Amino acid sequence: MKLSALHQSYLNRRSNSFRSPTSLDSSVDGSGKSLIAVFWLILHCLCCLISLVLGFRFSRLVFFFLFSTSSTNLYSLPFRPDLPVKHLDVHTIGRTLDPGANGTTVVATATKSSRVVVGRHGIRIRPWPHPNPVEVMKAHQIIGRVQKEQKMIFGMKSSKMVIAVTPTYVRTFQALHLTGVMHSLMLVPYDLVWIVVEAGGATNETGLIIAKSGLRTIHVGIDQRMPNTWEDRSKLEVFMRLQALRVVREEKLDGIVMFADDSNMHSMELFDEIQNVKWFGTVSVGILAHSGNAEEMVLSMEKRKEMEKEEEEESSSLPVQGPACNSTDQLIGWHIFNTLPYAGKSAVYIDDVAAVLPQKLEWSGFVLNSRLLWEEAENKPEWVKDFGSLNENEGVESPLSLLKDPSMVEPLGSCGRQVLLWWLRVEARADSKFPPGWIIDPPLEITVAAKRTPWPDVPPEPPTKKKDQMPLSQGNTVVVIPKQQQHPTKIRKPKRKSKKSKHEPRPTDTTTQVYSSSSKHQERN
Amino acid sequence: MKLSSCVLIFLLCNTFSSISAFRLSRSQPTERISGSAGDVLEDDPVGRLKVFVYELPSKYNKKILQKDPRCLNHMFAAEIYMQRFLLSSPVRTLNPEEADWFYVPVYTTCDLTPNGLPLPFKSPRMMRSAIQLIASNWPYWNRTEGADHFFVVPHDFGACFHYQEEKAIGRGILPLLQRATLVQTFGQRNHVCLKEGSITVPPYAPPQKMQSHLIPEKTPRSIFVYFRGLFYDVGNDPEGGYYARGARAAVWENFKDNPLFDISTEHPTTYYEDMQRAIFCLCPLGWAPWSPRLVEAVIFGCIPVIIADDIVLPFADAIPWEDIGVFVDEKDVPYLDTILTSIPPEVILRKQRLLANPSMKQAMLFPQPAQPGDAFHQVLNGLARKLPHERSVYLRPGEKLLNWTAGPVADLKPW
Repeated sequence: MKLSALHQSYLNRRSNSFRSPTSLDSSVDGSGKSLIAVFWLILHCLCCLISLVLGFRFSRLVFFFLFSTSSTNLYSLPFRPDLPVKHLDVHTIGRTLDPGANGTTVVATATKSSRVVVGRHGIRIRPWPHPNPVEVMKAHQIIGRVQKEQKMIFGMKSSKMVIAVTPTYVRTFQALHLTGVMHSLMLVPYDLVWIVVEAGGATNETGLIIAKSGLRTIHVGIDQRMPNTWEDRSKLEVFMRLQALRVVREEKLDGIVMFADDSNMHSMELFDEIQNVKWFGTVSVGILAHSGNAEEMVLSMEKRKEMEKEEEEESSSLPVQGPACNSTDQLIGWHIFNTLPYAGKSAVYIDDVAAVLPQKLEWSGFVLNSRLLWEEAENKPEWVKDFGSLNENEGVESPLSLLKDPSMVEPLGSCGRQVLLWWLRVEARADSKFPPGWIIDPPLEITVAAKRTPWPDVPPEPPTKKKDQMPLSQGNTVVVIPKQQQHPTKIRKPKRKSKKSKHEPRPTDTTTQVYSSSSKHQERN
Repeated sequence: MKLSSCVLIFLLCNTFSSISAFRLSRSQPTERISGSAGDVLEDDPVGRLKVFVYELPSKYNKKILQKDPRCLNHMFAAEIYMQRFLLSSPVRTLNPEEADWFYVPVYTTCDLTPNGLPLPFKSPRMMRSAIQLIASNWPYWNRTEGADHFFVVPHDFGACFHYQEEKAIGRGILPLLQRATLVQTFGQRNHVCLKEGSITVPPYAPPQKMQSHLIPEKTPRSIFVYFRGLFYDVGNDPEGGYYARGARAAVWENFKDNPLFDISTEHPTTYYEDMQRAIFCLCPLGWAPWSPRLVEAVIFGCIPVIIADDIVLPFADAIPWEDIGVFVDEKDVPYLDTILTSIPPEVILRKQRLLANPSMKQAMLFPQPAQPGDAFHQVLNGLARKLPHERSVYLRPGEKLLNWTAGPVADLKPW
């Protein structure tokens, strides 16, 4: 009852909102009801007030946002009406915008005035605050120009030619490795001669790869074939490098000799850094001793950790080879790769599934002035052995063997603190197959029909067992059968499927034929 | 605390380090430099002027410093190093009769809050007290009423002695200093806090610290525009638009997503190194038109982009700021990218060559001990160029120009 009265009075008040309070009072029939009406009136007024205040507050905000983001908002005067405009003086209103003219007139009138207004300023935001591609390009041109100028001023005044020496031989991963090194050499901003020494004679295959570089190349072949063991391979590679040095000596190539193995990775700073070498320099080489077998690697890692704990020789386990310096950047010794964790576990044969370890000091960590090799050169230092009379059969192991006094070597790359190149030997199995020049011709016979994608759920039974297929486990990397994945989203209700799935493969469709054949692949080794 | 514009910069300076010479090993070719006063950057002031240093009770200088040694490292430290320099300088004379200039060593800015911000509330009374002292103990002040005296007032708004611009303008330059020559960092044309004849100096930046962060000059400059610092000072300017007259906020709003602009409020530890890897360094105004970025940009060879209308730059009569920097009007901040990318590369390279000039860098620094051509010497050169004093600066006997009772009543209380 009370509730209905309350409701009625409310309605009453609503309908008579323009009546005067006295008439409202007279229209109600009880003092209790009158109180309730007054209460509602006060509540209403309160709500009105709140909404008024909020509305005012938000209108200011909206006003602010509207104006601060619009393009026409390039105002410079305070816009808040309640804020006094704080000009320094009245002259600012009729000011000229030309600073020079302004300055002179002000000095003339000898009054302290400024065109700069103290107080609130707008935040100028342009309508489309995004970079203009043309300007971005211009900025990059400026950056490029500045850097070029820096190079001209602080770079090498006269750059020396780089003579890169690379021993190689035809194998599965030759194209992979040689192309990588070739691309690095192609980026070198100095004159460059690339001496490629090939075991087993100079082949067209190697020739074709290095011809693509457009570099000046000298392709030398030696008769010996690359042996199967890592140890013998290293020895032959030393012989091949010496062969290249002999070419340098005979042709009197003038520049800096670097040993770019086809499995090195070079940072571009290396080529700038070796320009600083006077006679015989060395840089740090990052060693990526890997193991083909994941389990093997984990084991060796654990073992290494144990050893670290036991011996607490963390520094020696850093996989870096290179010069060791004292605090005054003098060469005091060498960091060599810690082979202990790999003891008895390293690869002997090239296709062993085990860690491949570097030599004590890899040749790629050394650079030398080619004049050291010349028969006659000015100011040739006395601490170098005569290259002409050097007998490579007498245990030339590292480039230090070329020197009488290895302490004269110049450490480069912030005294070996910068690793400027990396060493990683990855080779395929010796009996692995690859198409000559990595050109697939004739086409592979394995075909999953294009129409049949996505892949069928059940891998189709290779129906061509009769063909002389190389088992995958034997390292034939040519054939890859992708693993089928189930696509739950593809499974639809039969109703829809009947309409739409004309070209969709049914999950049980096994008509796809997969051929895995290598019979056409020429065996190269 | 409107001074918190300086907080970030101050953070850079707050490690206490002994100051030593800033050795510059520049090999870049440079060209001769002339400012508005001609080729004066490498002038030697010795023999061209004599300065008498008043001996004040230590409560005006040494005691204040003992109370807070942080004063040695903040960006207003020039007032301290100036005195140290003059005491051992060959231009100093012990005979006040032969002096051309008189120096009053008062450390008015060395009154720091716990956060390290200088609040110059006591400065006017302290300055007044010092002037009263020299006026009563020596005859030289009354001879000219300060026209041949100079004071170092490195605070935000110089001798207006208030950190808020409006209040500073309201106060004006301390009445007692109206005839003296002021050496100050504040510089804005036609501003009541910069009187004619003042010498604008760079803010103090720690030379040794900067030197220890030098990287090889061949390091490629790969950042187009660099800035670290506040865009909004929410604490002191919650509405926005007062701080930096909206210019810093405009930089952020227009270029926060522009990959050419390396801008942020975070001060990285590699701040100095990054400046050496940048082509343009933004030097927008903050609460005051100047900031230590000007010095840092010059030292690190980064072209200063000066966004502060009507700024008066340090030693503008000796340093060709127009040639080494880029000036952008505050209203043009939204077009900063267009303005900077349309500068011809040759102009940019010339600016960099000029910036590489060692004497330019030297003039921006207050090294300990002083070195030829440094900021101390530029101040002396500036003073020497004002010589000889006009006859009119010397007052007739009995003539009084200064009103000793002018200014707010609070300033008249004894210090």
